[in-house]
Amino acid sequence: MLTIMKSELLVTAIIFLLLFVKLGKGMKNESMLLLIQVLLLLNFIAGFFFNTEGILFDGMYQSTSMIVLQKNILNLGVYLISLLFSSWFKRSEHMPEFFMLMLSALLGMFFLISSGNLLMFFLALELSTIPVAAMANFDLDKKRSSEAAMKMILTSAFSSGILLFGISLIYGATGTISFSELPQHLDGTPLQVLAFVFLFAAFAFKLSIVPFHLWTADVYEGAPMATTSFLSVISKGAVAFIFISTLYKVFQPMQGTWYNMVMILSIATMIIGNLFALRQQNIKRFLAFSSIAQVGFILVGISSGAKEGLSSVVYFILIYIFSNLAAFGVATAIESQTGKENIDDCKGLYQTNPFLSWVLALALFSLAGIPPTAGFFGKLFLLTAGASTGSYFFITIAALNMIISLYYYLRVIRAVFMDKNEQPVEKIKIDLSAKLGLTICAAGIVLVGLLSWIYDYIQ
Amino acid sequence: MNLLLLILTPLLTAVAVLLMRNATQVRWVSFIGAAVQLVLAFALFFAFRNERMAGNTAEMLFQIQYNWFPAWHISFHLGVDGISIAMILLTAFVVIAGVLVSWNVEKMTKEFYFLLILLSLGAYGFFISLDLFILFFFLEIAVIPKYLLIGIWGSGKKEYSANKLALMLMGGSALVLVGLLGIYFNAPEKTFDLLTLSKSYIPAEVQQICFPLLFVGFGVFTALFPFHTWVPDGHSSAPTAGSMFLAGISMKLGGYGCLRVATYILHDAAKDYSTIIIVLSVIAILYGAFATMMQKDLKYINAYSSVSHCGFVLLGIGMMTKTSMTGAVMQMVSHGLMTALFFAVIGMIYERTHTRQVNEMGGLLKRMPFIGTVLFIVGLCSLGLPGLSGFVAEMTVFMGSWERPDTFSRVATILSCLSLVVTAVYILRAITKTAMGPLKEQFATLTDARWNEKLAAIILVVGIIAIGTAPFWLNDLINPATEIIKQHLMIPTPID
Repeated sequence: MLTIMKSELLVTAIIFLLLFVKLGKGMKNESMLLLIQVLLLLNFIAGFFFNTEGILFDGMYQSTSMIVLQKNILNLGVYLISLLFSSWFKRSEHMPEFFMLMLSALLGMFFLISSGNLLMFFLALELSTIPVAAMANFDLDKKRSSEAAMKMILTSAFSSGILLFGISLIYGATGTISFSELPQHLDGTPLQVLAFVFLFAAFAFKLSIVPFHLWTADVYEGAPMATTSFLSVISKGAVAFIFISTLYKVFQPMQGTWYNMVMILSIATMIIGNLFALRQQNIKRFLAFSSIAQVGFILVGISSGAKEGLSSVVYFILIYIFSNLAAFGVATAIESQTGKENIDDCKGLYQTNPFLSWVLALALFSLAGIPPTAGFFGKLFLLTAGASTGSYFFITIAALNMIISLYYYLRVIRAVFMDKNEQPVEKIKIDLSAKLGLTICAAGIVLVGLLSWIYDYIQ
Repeated sequence: MNLLLLILTPLLTAVAVLLMRNATQVRWVSFIGAAVQLVLAFALFFAFRNERMAGNTAEMLFQIQYNWFPAWHISFHLGVDGISIAMILLTAFVVIAGVLVSWNVEKMTKEFYFLLILLSLGAYGFFISLDLFILFFFLEIAVIPKYLLIGIWGSGKKEYSANKLALMLMGGSALVLVGLLGIYFNAPEKTFDLLTLSKSYIPAEVQQICFPLLFVGFGVFTALFPFHTWVPDGHSSAPTAGSMFLAGISMKLGGYGCLRVATYILHDAAKDYSTIIIVLSVIAILYGAFATMMQKDLKYINAYSSVSHCGFVLLGIGMMTKTSMTGAVMQMVSHGLMTALFFAVIGMIYERTHTRQVNEMGGLLKRMPFIGTVLFIVGLCSLGLPGLSGFVAEMTVFMGSWERPDTFSRVATILSCLSLVVTAVYILRAITKTAMGPLKEQFATLTDARWNEKLAAIILVVGIIAIGTAPFWLNDLINPATEIIKQHLMIPTPID
């Protein structure tokens, strides 16, 4: 039992350790951050060992090698966040609390991915959301930060309500809440479809699928950059993992129903996310809409309904973590020193900060799906998985959306490399851990694609 | 000979360029890298000839295959036939000339050469890959360097041109991608392997959908009408070496893709769409020629004439006789060398006179005998003077087209022949106005070409004259390969 719940236990242990350290009050922020980084790195490394599959608590909790891998991908993301935002963490007065909240949310996500019935699923989803709202409020002196937290709490409360309603309808229609028993009772009656739609809407809220995306840009903009990146990468990743396994395993009998929903929402998400991203000036809002569009692409992979769909989505999320965190890492480096967070402020960045510029370029090319970055492989496999159902109309729209997205990613590239600026951003000092984080991200962006065994490992 | 060398040499050169400390080192490293590429290309050419002489009739030689993403049936499969070797030789010539011509680039030299070498890496990889996935991978690798080359080192409305080029080319490759996925999922066995796919039967209705996707997708790269609009803007805004690479290499990616992927694999649909391709290419040939008549800027003249000349490539492919396809490949090589040289000369002139307007120049031959002479050679090549490569290539396309006896093809051939007259008009007008006549006062102190420019021009002129005087070398190289494609096209369509 200990090894089955290894990931959760490790994270809980770190949370308690932080609590004691915090109560001791003896440590400076720098040394504490170093301790946290080391712990998180160990946590990530430990994710490769002593992995056992099994079911606990009467089917409420399950673990497979795929689930362990998914958790470890999230661990990696959290470790990278602890590196990239170090300068912000060092300035923060409540750094241990931030990590406690973040790790609690991570714990919730672990239970979410491992959940074996709807009750567990609901609890875990709440645990993974509420701490994030507190994290969004962490720029204590900024009004926008509180506004973001408020919006986050309200929308997630609303989506929880819808989810609970859906769960109760499912229980009423089938008489069970266990994931393993549900498929036998599902036959696509209107009541079940209605319940499924409610469930789907809750997922859509968390993944910010159009038309449930309206909270995203405001929350991303108002929240501190570390929270924004956690929301856009880790929490999206976790929900996408459980979403795909729910669709593939639990609602497998209703595949005809959900395929159409996924397809229509995917097209809407890609198009609207892309079109809104075209006009954004603020780099956080820009990344918010670009991440909405990326979710649209993830839905293309999910629509496949076969095991290629699962592996391509997991692979894509791994790449997405590297690329998006690299972009946020560069943005935060600029913002923390100069306070600027508009795309126009990046004009002429290359003259003064070549390293940051190249990392940003790699990240954006990867998000746009340009080879040789890993994003190319990720997007291509998503599209290939989506094409396996034979809907070429869908794939053509997705491929054309890649061009729209290329346009706005190139807009940033143009500002950084081509536009002239009399007063470019001054030379930015990046501390060692942020540099390490950016280097890991850049290496990930290049290598995850070219080294094909990583994909085989995921499979 | 190991084909991986062709990918590793540019890769190592690019890495080495990044490690260099100053501009002089960067230039010499790039030059050495480009020279090694040229040597490799010739070594490959002779090794290929020897194998063929020794009686090796395999379709693709020097094959190597590694597993890459086995879950998606993708393998890193390389191999060459005559067409690939012709394109590789072309690439090597243009790369070394481009590196030499850019000797004076002072702004961000390291990045400039890095991107040039990266572009050549994409081109080499594209021409030797036998797996459609890696073919697509290399095709896309070649797009972004062009965007940055134009956007950073370009002139005029460079941002607009760079964006237009990148978006249109990515649009083309998006169509290619959908077409490739269509083939992948509908072939009898799921594979991206070119050789396997060419031998297997792909259902007719799938071919009908995938062929236009692939042909138009690749066609965007090679200025297929009406998707040619990026060509004039892109070429005129690009820096000299950028234009050379764009016209000399990048546009050839499209032609090669149309022939090797679209026509070769989807041969049934290719026959059905042949008429449309011919119509579009005749429009491109005539439209390009007449549009050039109206241009006053030397770069625009060459860019629009590229649209016209690349029309011959598509015409040759569309006619689908063995000779016309050989002509198409020869036209790709010839046009690649010729436009690269033309852009190089325009760059040299512009650097000295600071104008590209034909009307503002005159008598340049007096001050710059070398550059003026090269301008004449390239102009005469462009209008199809016998003894230079343009004549050989266009003649082969026309002869191949004439082999089709129906009235429609005859009319199309005659119409495209007419463009030669128009070409003669605009070329002669442009070069005489530039090089002949009284020397303008402000140009009295101009200097002739430096060693690097001379070397670049000589390398390309040698290529042009070699093809023009001894076309059989190229012909013998390409013919067996087009023969195989032709045999595929001869297979009667099975009736379901």
